[in-house]
Amino acid sequence: MQYQWNFDWLANYMPVFVNGVAITIELILVGAVLGVCLGIVCAWVRALGPVWLKPFVAAYVELIRNTPFLIQLFFIFFGLPSLGMKLTALQAANIAMVVNLGAYSCEIIRAGIQATPRGQFEAGASLAMTPLQTFRHVVLVPALQRIWPALASQIVIVMLGSSVVSQIAVEDLTFASNFVQSRNFRAFETYLVATLTYLALAIALRKVLDGVGWVIFPRRKV
Amino acid sequence: MAQFTVFDILRNLLLATQWTVVLSIVSFIGGGLVGMLVLFARISNRGWLRLLGRGYVELFQGTPLLMQLFLAFFGLALFGISVPAWLAAGLALILWTAAFLGEIWRGCVQAVAKGQWEASASLGMGYFQQMQHVILPQALRVAIPPTVGFSVQVVKGTALTSIIGFIELTRAGTVVTNATYQPFLVYGLVALIYFCLCWPLSRASQILERKLNVAHSHH
Repeated sequence: MQYQWNFDWLANYMPVFVNGVAITIELILVGAVLGVCLGIVCAWVRALGPVWLKPFVAAYVELIRNTPFLIQLFFIFFGLPSLGMKLTALQAANIAMVVNLGAYSCEIIRAGIQATPRGQFEAGASLAMTPLQTFRHVVLVPALQRIWPALASQIVIVMLGSSVVSQIAVEDLTFASNFVQSRNFRAFETYLVATLTYLALAIALRKVLDGVGWVIFPRRKV
Repeated sequence: MAQFTVFDILRNLLLATQWTVVLSIVSFIGGGLVGMLVLFARISNRGWLRLLGRGYVELFQGTPLLMQLFLAFFGLALFGISVPAWLAAGLALILWTAAFLGEIWRGCVQAVAKGQWEASASLGMGYFQQMQHVILPQALRVAIPPTVGFSVQVVKGTALTSIIGFIELTRAGTVVTNATYQPFLVYGLVALIYFCLCWPLSRASQILERKLNVAHSHH
């Protein structure tokens, strides 16, 4: 069988793809920034926080890490409104990504905190810092530096995972390609273009995160 | 309107769960076999094979599983075969799993000390003898915990096959929700079933890691 490749439609639908890429970038931007913040708070609780809080964070982390992102998304978007929480699709997607990345980054960052030499905590205490001050000014940045490559990989994984938000009609790159292939009847070519765009996004995101690490961490060996 | 009890809902969900389990097992075993090929390509002495292996891993780890499912679904159709959803789902999941397992195992093989290669070479062993008797047995021990851990990702990955129309747990959740109008309860139960499948695997991975690490520290 001879298959006739056809990419003539691409020029016409470019704006749709560009719009989809913009939404995907917005999703990962919000997801990464807030998700890592949530991860830092949770990691602090699990490593150094009050004992009574630990089981709650542990349950949250285990629950998120052992269920599919798609189900978390459906639960937030379809399930929560019955409790009176009305969310737009985009809000639900943002929340799902923050909650998801929060759990994964918690475990990664915790490993970074727990690798901190004891002397660092003692040094902070000897300067009359409170434990929280020690964490904030002494421990946190080197801990993040230690695990930055792993955290960056996880952020890329969450970005790729965001393709399922198209299922609750968030108009991301996957949604755009679903739309385009329903118009041009060129499913394979359309998804090929979308897949390669995701690949480019993943490579670019990786570079950006390396750059962020280069800027926020002091350039010395810990 | 028909009334559904929690028992009715749970029974329907559990019936679909068996397909999640079957697909997970098939993908994991199939992915393991293809993953072996990826591993051998990645650690080959031939440059072009290494490049090929690396390209494969980059491609499958750098693109969404959902896109791979779409491409398998519509790509197989190009060959003029009408593809059932389970075939496209199985194929995409196997190729995706292989990329991750191959890469995990590569790390484990390369973690074996270089002296082990040299020592076995000095005993006159060939490549496959070295692999069989010296390298793989040691790499296997390091490889077990992350491999078990990755099986959790496979189980969760099967949820995406609902999108191309394979009827498994997630799909059943959607169908049951549409019949009962109780999304909170139904998706809660679906999440709970996934948790019951995945959590033991996660725990096993952690326990194995601790056990094998202790064994390792005796060296």
